[in-house]
Amino acid sequence: MTYAHLFKTSLTGLTTNRSRSALTILGIVIGITAIMLVISLGGGAQALILGQVQGLGTNTIAIIPGREPTGPSDVSALYSDSLKIKDVQALQNKANVPDLKFVMPTVFGAGTAAYEANAYQVSVFGATERLAEIFDLTPNRGEFFTSDDVLSRTDVAVIGSKVVEHLFGSDNPVGQKIKIKGRNFKVIGTLPPTGGGSLFNFDSMTLMPYTTAQDYLLGIKYFNRIITQTGTDAQVPAAAQDIARTLRDSHNITDATKDDFTVQTQQDLANRLSTITGALTWFLVAVASIALFVGGVGIMNIMLVSVTERTREIGLRKALGATDKDILSQFLLEAVLLTAIGGLVGIILGASLAYIIAIVLSKGLGVNWQFIFPWSGAIMGLVVSGLIGLIFGGYPASQASKKSPIEALRYE
Amino acid sequence: MTTNIIEVKNLKKAYHDGITETVALSGVTFNIRKGEFVAIMGPSGSGKSTLLHLLGLLDSPTSGHYSFNGKQVTSYSGDELAQLRNKEIGFVFQSFNLLARTTVLENVKLPLVYSDVPEHEWNERATKAIEDVGLGHRIGHHQAELSGGERQRVAIARALVTDPEVIFADEPTGNLDSKSGKVVMSIIQRLNEKEGKTIVLITHETSTAEHSERIIRLRDGELESDTQVKKRLSADDEYVK
Repeated sequence: MTYAHLFKTSLTGLTTNRSRSALTILGIVIGITAIMLVISLGGGAQALILGQVQGLGTNTIAIIPGREPTGPSDVSALYSDSLKIKDVQALQNKANVPDLKFVMPTVFGAGTAAYEANAYQVSVFGATERLAEIFDLTPNRGEFFTSDDVLSRTDVAVIGSKVVEHLFGSDNPVGQKIKIKGRNFKVIGTLPPTGGGSLFNFDSMTLMPYTTAQDYLLGIKYFNRIITQTGTDAQVPAAAQDIARTLRDSHNITDATKDDFTVQTQQDLANRLSTITGALTWFLVAVASIALFVGGVGIMNIMLVSVTERTREIGLRKALGATDKDILSQFLLEAVLLTAIGGLVGIILGASLAYIIAIVLSKGLGVNWQFIFPWSGAIMGLVVSGLIGLIFGGYPASQASKKSPIEALRYE
Repeated sequence: MTTNIIEVKNLKKAYHDGITETVALSGVTFNIRKGEFVAIMGPSGSGKSTLLHLLGLLDSPTSGHYSFNGKQVTSYSGDELAQLRNKEIGFVFQSFNLLARTTVLENVKLPLVYSDVPEHEWNERATKAIEDVGLGHRIGHHQAELSGGERQRVAIARALVTDPEVIFADEPTGNLDSKSGKVVMSIIQRLNEKEGKTIVLITHETSTAEHSERIIRLRDGELESDTQVKKRLSADDEYVK
């Protein structure tokens, strides 16, 4: 039997029972669609997150208090107050870290901001005037705070668009005073809406000099994070080492494994986020694979029914000269064709859905969500669905090939 | 001198269901010459279907010797038997066994798919076989559009298409009215007389069996009688055009 006729025979077998064939492959279609969707969306999310991280500048180095815990009993990971002003001063010393363009200490907190009868839960972000430059923040009304404000601990605040909306409605907040934790802060500027896609959502934030936030609002002497930038990307690795050495000196640490701080470059962060989104994607793929498995069992079930139903056809073919191998190939190819068609439909369906979702996310949320056609997923989907046909079609096909030809002669 | 195409010696077939043994054929011996038209008769349960399965290489005997066209087929493998069935044997079944939703031409071509006949000859061969049974005008029809007699003629064309030595016909008129049955019998008789095909016909109707030259009767798995037909019926004589 030639391959062309084998193919034709199998195809005829499938088209004779179109609606059943369609229902049979539904499980495979759903499984492959889910996998394509997950891989495509996972890729899109990863691209978006990495874009955000890299948007901060790949020459950015962040210093975080505490260290990655090395084990459950590693309590020093909790040193959240290890970064002090003397560390900032040490880092600012060009003799210690020559490549740094600037050093910006930051503090975070939360509180309720009130204006007249209105109140709104805000995040307080204390930093230096460099904040505007790093995050490309330009007030749409008023202006940003200055280095003088930082030095003299002025009670000023720059508020995000959501804060404006909840406290002032359509009124101009500039020059007004808002109350946070019982202290008045003068609004000197407001920020335009940044949209939901940003890693930092400035819309519901209140920005102020870190000195003001430390002394009057949070009552702390340490920093939550120190953000630095080097002149060029190439200086990042050396600067990161210089920073770590400087801080160990400053904290009298001799053993690097006992660090009470973590130096994180944007590249580290990007790598870590890639690992997380990648792991998440593959986890979801594994879940979606259950659908594929169930689909495969469905294929086997239908093929077994089909083999029983077509006993006479099998017997007849054997009586006319078909060998066991001819029958085996015919039914195996039917199963593989079924699943491969299912896989193909799933790939098209999954990619189309991912494309639609990409458009909806881009338009609806205003984020720069890119549609990614997962070639690896498509190829894998096709191979896997074909394999499912081979695996789950194998048993029914071998049952078919073992049928005795005299069954064709048994009368109805 | 004519050679024997079928030589059967002490052929036995027993079925086991695990506990009991049912003997379907308890040792039969006979020969069939090349070009002979033999009818095998017997009541149901006499073992005639079992015998046909064995002679048609669809099943293997429990014991005994079977030589088909000079080959000791009892030692043949499944694939070798499949090849022999394809090349040298044609089957006509009581219930036609045509493929559903398939045209007359495709049905007749089916044995060629499993043969080593080159593909460019398939249409020519199949068309000739269909014309031989008088269905040239039905070649593109689906089997559902045909009458019972026409379906059986398609089955005969399918049996002929590989130009086999022997045609085994298992109650070929059993599902047909008498008029269609006569047409089918006249075609089978013509194949024997004009084309020299060996015919082995299974039937329980004496009138059908008398179209043959020789009648082998079975009873309870044994050969009861083996007689020449003295006054052969000719289907053409009775067939009113």
